[in-house]
Amino acid sequence: MMRLRRSLSRIAAIARKEFRHLRRDRLTGGMVAGVPLMMTVLFGYAINQDIRHLRAGVADLAGTQSARLLVQDAQATQVIDVVTAAPSVQALERMLVAGRISVGIVIPADFERRAAHGDRVRAQLLVDGGDPIVLAAARGLVALPAADRFASAARARAAGAPLFELRAYYNPERRSPVHIVPALCGVILTLTLVLFTAVAIVRERERGNLELLITTPVQTPELMLGKIAPYVLIGYAQVTLILLLGRFVFGVPIQGSLVDLYLGTGIFVAAALTLGLLISTLAQTQFQAFQMAFVTFLPQILLSGFMFPFDGMPAPARWLAEVLPLTHFLRIVRGIILRGATLGELWRDVWPLLLFFSLAITLATLRFRKRLD
Amino acid sequence: MSAELAIRTRGLSRRFGALVAVDRVDLEIPRAAIYGFLGPNGSGKSTTIRMLCGLLTPSEGEAEVLGLHVPRDAEKLRRKIGYMTQAFSLYGDLSVRENLEFLGEIYSLTAAQRRARIAVLLDEFRLADRAEQRAATLSGGQRQRLALAAATLHEPELLFLDEPTSAVDPQSRRDFWESLFRLVDRGTTILVSTHYMDEAERCHGLAILDRGRVVAQGAPAVLMREIDAAVLEIEGSDLRAARDVLAHLREVQSVAQLGQRLHALVDRDVAAPEAQIARALEAAGVEAQVALARASLEDVFVAATRGLRDAESGA
Repeated sequence: MMRLRRSLSRIAAIARKEFRHLRRDRLTGGMVAGVPLMMTVLFGYAINQDIRHLRAGVADLAGTQSARLLVQDAQATQVIDVVTAAPSVQALERMLVAGRISVGIVIPADFERRAAHGDRVRAQLLVDGGDPIVLAAARGLVALPAADRFASAARARAAGAPLFELRAYYNPERRSPVHIVPALCGVILTLTLVLFTAVAIVRERERGNLELLITTPVQTPELMLGKIAPYVLIGYAQVTLILLLGRFVFGVPIQGSLVDLYLGTGIFVAAALTLGLLISTLAQTQFQAFQMAFVTFLPQILLSGFMFPFDGMPAPARWLAEVLPLTHFLRIVRGIILRGATLGELWRDVWPLLLFFSLAITLATLRFRKRLD
Repeated sequence: MSAELAIRTRGLSRRFGALVAVDRVDLEIPRAAIYGFLGPNGSGKSTTIRMLCGLLTPSEGEAEVLGLHVPRDAEKLRRKIGYMTQAFSLYGDLSVRENLEFLGEIYSLTAAQRRARIAVLLDEFRLADRAEQRAATLSGGQRQRLALAAATLHEPELLFLDEPTSAVDPQSRRDFWESLFRLVDRGTTILVSTHYMDEAERCHGLAILDRGRVVAQGAPAVLMREIDAAVLEIEGSDLRAARDVLAHLREVQSVAQLGQRLHALVDRDVAAPEAQIARALEAAGVEAQVALARASLEDVFVAATRGLRDAESGA
């Protein structure tokens, strides 16, 4: 009992000290609030998977009334903005190569004749296929309902009603922030917390504090827990800030329970922090710790389902992604915020985080020796 | 296990790759005394201290500190020792008081104990008016006093001080040593490493280290009395010429100029060394007076480290 009390008070002493460092280190302190604020506002607006306003050029070789109507209809979708006209297909291609436009519309000279036949392709879209998201948006144009304007009424009837009706659950207006802001909780926590703890122990080593600390009775697990404790609170503060911004700036509602959300966040924060600690015990200098932290950032951001849909990735990438804490947290946070799921329903993604935390803190504790050799 | 010994080592060695940093060191350090490690940089002082604190694992040999086996019982030892690192290792962005508070909590002192100890230490180390100042903004001497205060906060039986005065002015050094003697009077054992002769001379016992080995060991006064060389002082008008002559004599171990005199160490087995050296100088046509002198600690140091070098070049 006595030992436990002493142990707890040593953890508290380290946590308090860590808070003092943070309070006095203005840059890091600023990052605590600044990064979520800046990134949520920036990405909430900037990341938009709903593509609009692609710059387009038109090479209208027919020059007829219905050709102009087609261009107008295409523009009315807001997917493209016609910014320029080209005299020939070659000229249009040159603009595409130069990057002045992302989409080129070619209306052939025999446009009217093709329209009359109805079963032949009437016009051509030239797309910069280097960007899959632009390509996908352009594909949408191909199915433009305006095309039916030229088909005979009989043919339209024969085609019948569409096979499917699409209903977008949980985000009926298909707004990107609804998708992005919950995920930003995970991304921002990863970016800031892993970095904070990655340098936490390395910094003590670099400044020589560690040599003193390891000659004291402080135990390794106490040091580890004391080091991450303050950042759990900081993680909660950051998530709260992001959710408030999401709610009041981007109108992202929280469907699930806040208790579940904060509990899930706590587990993820612990996992992210121990990843940082592990890095801290591997790196010799703060610079190395930074580099190692960045090495873990990219796969997490690219593979977790934040940037690209998880199901679209090849199997090995998905297996790798399953190891990363962010992958699981994104499912948890999107599940709770968007679909109103409970933590119990999301257990499939909760236990991997708990496992990650246990393994990482064990490894970090084993890696860290109260020795200099 | 001997109660009167604070530290005992047998064949303590530490290698870093091919480098032998500490080479078969045997020590017997009594309690309630100041024991010094004297040696140049890289002689193995810090490595030995770190092994004794349990920070480094010995490659060979064994060490017993306060009756505990190191490194096996290093954790039990933590509460009984204080360690002042060579570089300042407290937190620069915390105040003097916050640093002491933090260590007090780490050593599980109660709030009342902490208050009392910190008040005493701030007073004793003249830091009371600096209590709220951040450690990074303290002067070298103040920082060193804070470090010693921190190392003695939990009233350890044994203090390790690794070159504690290397960045401090002479007045602060003198004050610092006064503090050490006060601690010894209360029963603390102190192991201090230094490369200053005057500091080494203040120690009760001394080990001279050179390239990882203990080359001489004993009380400074005894070491000076029993130096393995005759000490000569040479005065003359052309010291440079005299020096050239002496440097070529086989029996002369070393020559150093001290102001208007030369200071030479001559092998012990030379009979009447002053007469012999005087004759040698006369034969070379250099006019000089030669007299026997008392050995200083520096002479002891030079003679001791010289012996090792001879042994090596002969091998």
